Amino acid sequence: MKKILILGAGTAGTMMANHLQHEVDKKLWQIEIIDEKEEHHYQPGYLFLPFDIYAPEDIIKTIDEFIPKGVSLRKGKIDRIDPMSNNVLMADGQSIPYDILIVATGAKIAPEETEGMQGSEWQKSVFDFYTFEGSLALRNKLREWEGGNLVVHITEMPIKCPVAPLEFAFLADSFFKNKKMRDKVNITFVTPLSGAFTKPKATEALDHLLLEKDIHIESDFAIERVDNEHKVIIDYGGRQIPFDLLVTVPTNKGDELLERSNMGDDLNYVPTNKATLQSLNYNNVFVIGDASNVPASKAGSVAHFEAEILTENILRFIKNEPLKEDFDGHANCFIETGGGKALLIDFNYTHEPVEGTFPFPGVGPLRLLKESRMNHMGKLAFRWIYWNMLLKGTHIPFVSAQMQEAGKQY
Amino acid sequence: MEKEIAGKKINVNEEGYLLDFNQWDESIGEAIAKENNVEMTPRHWEVVKFLQGEHKNNVPLSIRKIGKSNVIDIKEFYALFPQGPLKISTKIAGIPKPASCL
Repeated sequence: MKKILILGAGTAGTMMANHLQHEVDKKLWQIEIIDEKEEHHYQPGYLFLPFDIYAPEDIIKTIDEFIPKGVSLRKGKIDRIDPMSNNVLMADGQSIPYDILIVATGAKIAPEETEGMQGSEWQKSVFDFYTFEGSLALRNKLREWEGGNLVVHITEMPIKCPVAPLEFAFLADSFFKNKKMRDKVNITFVTPLSGAFTKPKATEALDHLLLEKDIHIESDFAIERVDNEHKVIIDYGGRQIPFDLLVTVPTNKGDELLERSNMGDDLNYVPTNKATLQSLNYNNVFVIGDASNVPASKAGSVAHFEAEILTENILRFIKNEPLKEDFDGHANCFIETGGGKALLIDFNYTHEPVEGTFPFPGVGPLRLLKESRMNHMGKLAFRWIYWNMLLKGTHIPFVSAQMQEAGKQY
Repeated sequence: MEKEIAGKKINVNEEGYLLDFNQWDESIGEAIAKENNVEMTPRHWEVVKFLQGEHKNNVPLSIRKIGKSNVIDIKEFYALFPQGPLKISTKIAGIPKPASCL
């Protein structure tokens, strides 16, 4: 019996377990997935928790309920991968051999990378919302905060869901309007980029929305440290931005196990072929989702499109056929803009987000790069789709793994 | 598009980055630096040459990597090329603007 071993039972790993369970010959192949946690979190929900839009129970389920029968789930901490001997070494000393390895260990925040970020003000006036604990602590803070300077900040790229910090700023604007205290809050969006987003046309649309919502933007800000005593963030050029409430997205890094395994780059992301999702260094190792270094967004939709293509490539690898170079960096993201509206963007490695219609060219019903209530409904519906379709590897009708150019205004 | 830099017609993109490194020479770098209010010193040139070498070897450039390069730390990088050192230094170096990862 040969073994496909999946590391990480988050969005990407769980989808792969479900896809492969249907596709591989069970008489020849055993599938095993490893994770140390008990809970599966709907990570996009971390954005809504601080504003009391979602409650904790809306975004937490167990890992077990999404792992299909026939795939064995092992709970435990992984020490490292030994790709030379095709073994995964567990922290308890066990060694698990594999024939094919899928790395799906994700990315997480590393606030320790920035001086002072986890100082005396951490979770008092300095918060993250990329962890459940951070997001919940921020909810409790926002419930009683009386106003002042709210600074929404990105430390450095790449980060998971690169639009989430902008969405946070937009939702904060709505939240304080609803609480009739918007006049007591200054919102500043601080980014290391030169504008609101990484791509020109979307940046133009988003910069306009920031202006409309009276959110001030400070661009090209590369943070050096957080000064807890004076409550300011300072960049390498000496620029200072004062805050009463700092909501920061710390540096994101891949799992430390990849550093221990000597398989990661300087941010612990695994060097990966951006079209086939095969590791650049080991033929029988594949990488999916946030764990890879491919220049696509670190987002659930990307992992979803990758999973369809990676499944096919694993089947080809088993049959000794050449891999398909099919992954095009496709991402599809709703951007909450507050007031019950959202934008939708659809893009890939080579095509930036533009205006148009989705998923049916010329018809919609969703409009690209334009605010609408329909897009907001789409974002809310996505939670149901995530739990009931996405994780199970069910194909989402009309949405292809590769981006469609039709219906877009280039 | 074409732009006249240091008396020569040079192909640049809409942001002013050179499209063909073969058109680059130090006088071009000097002129772009001046446009961005940077006065070039031997130390500036050292950093620019380093960036050109990295680009030639297909090393993706980021502030973090440059900070760990042992050539220059981030603080000095900012002091030499204030306000967006990577953007300005790569423009002077005649290499593409580093793609900010998504």
